[in-house]
Amino acid sequence: MITRSIAVCLVAVLAACTDYSASVRAAVKKEADRKPAPDFTLKDAEGKPVKLSDYRGKVVLLNFWATWCGPCKIEIPWFMEFEQQYKDKDFAVLGVSLDEDGWDAVKPYIASRKVNYRVVVGTEQVAQLYGEVDSLPTTFMIDREGRIAAVHIGLVSKNDYNHEILDLLGPPPSASLFTRPKQ
Amino acid sequence: MREGYHCNSNKPSDEYLIPLKLTWNPGALESPEVAYPAPQMEKYAFSDKPLSVYTGSFELVTKAKVSASAMPGQVIVTGKLRYQACTDRMCLTPKTIEVSVPIDLIK
Repeated sequence: MITRSIAVCLVAVLAACTDYSASVRAAVKKEADRKPAPDFTLKDAEGKPVKLSDYRGKVVLLNFWATWCGPCKIEIPWFMEFEQQYKDKDFAVLGVSLDEDGWDAVKPYIASRKVNYRVVVGTEQVAQLYGEVDSLPTTFMIDREGRIAAVHIGLVSKNDYNHEILDLLGPPPSASLFTRPKQ
Repeated sequence: MREGYHCNSNKPSDEYLIPLKLTWNPGALESPEVAYPAPQMEKYAFSDKPLSVYTGSFELVTKAKVSASAMPGQVIVTGKLRYQACTDRMCLTPKTIEVSVPIDLIK
């Protein structure tokens, strides 16, 4: 009886894995279809330059947002959680604020929410590089090679982001035990 | 407002939200006062509390005195309307548009 229960659980987990894999593939572009993320250099709250290409080798969640954007406010705690959870696994969140008032608006906002990831204030030129970002939030998932793997305009579920991050980070080392050896 | 969109009222519920604001340029009108309609309090998925917004069609009425130096006839008063619109899933960047209204001044 116990053996049968375990078998049922395993089937359920495998089915869930199959669904997850299919949905992530639909959201994340195939490697051949990914285009390079335009590089930029902007300053963070301490005035230090932040260059996107310096993140090469990491998966980056590049989020265009603003303090006046209600849907953006929902995502911030999710991104803080991702930053905390995956920062030691070659992952980083980079927030680009499009507030017209710049740091005057952004600094108190991120301080009051104790934002734990890097935030820079964007420019019109940078927004144009990314297709004239006019709707917020707009989020680009960038792979380790600095290519855009997914784009989201508007609020997306936390799970969707999480699945994409995991997919782009690749399988954890233990999972490699199950991969098929190269021929 | 297009269906599915809202803009913040002139007195938004949150300090970070951008208010609707109509301003008139100096000219034929003196001391213009804009009367904003009563806002709707709407709850959206992204907000814990209902927000003070406008949806659909609404009117902004301006009361003003005619400048003593204005001549009778048709004049065009100009101004700016600043607004910021959202759906329940995303927001558009703030816009400031030029407005112009022809009015007939009668002696």
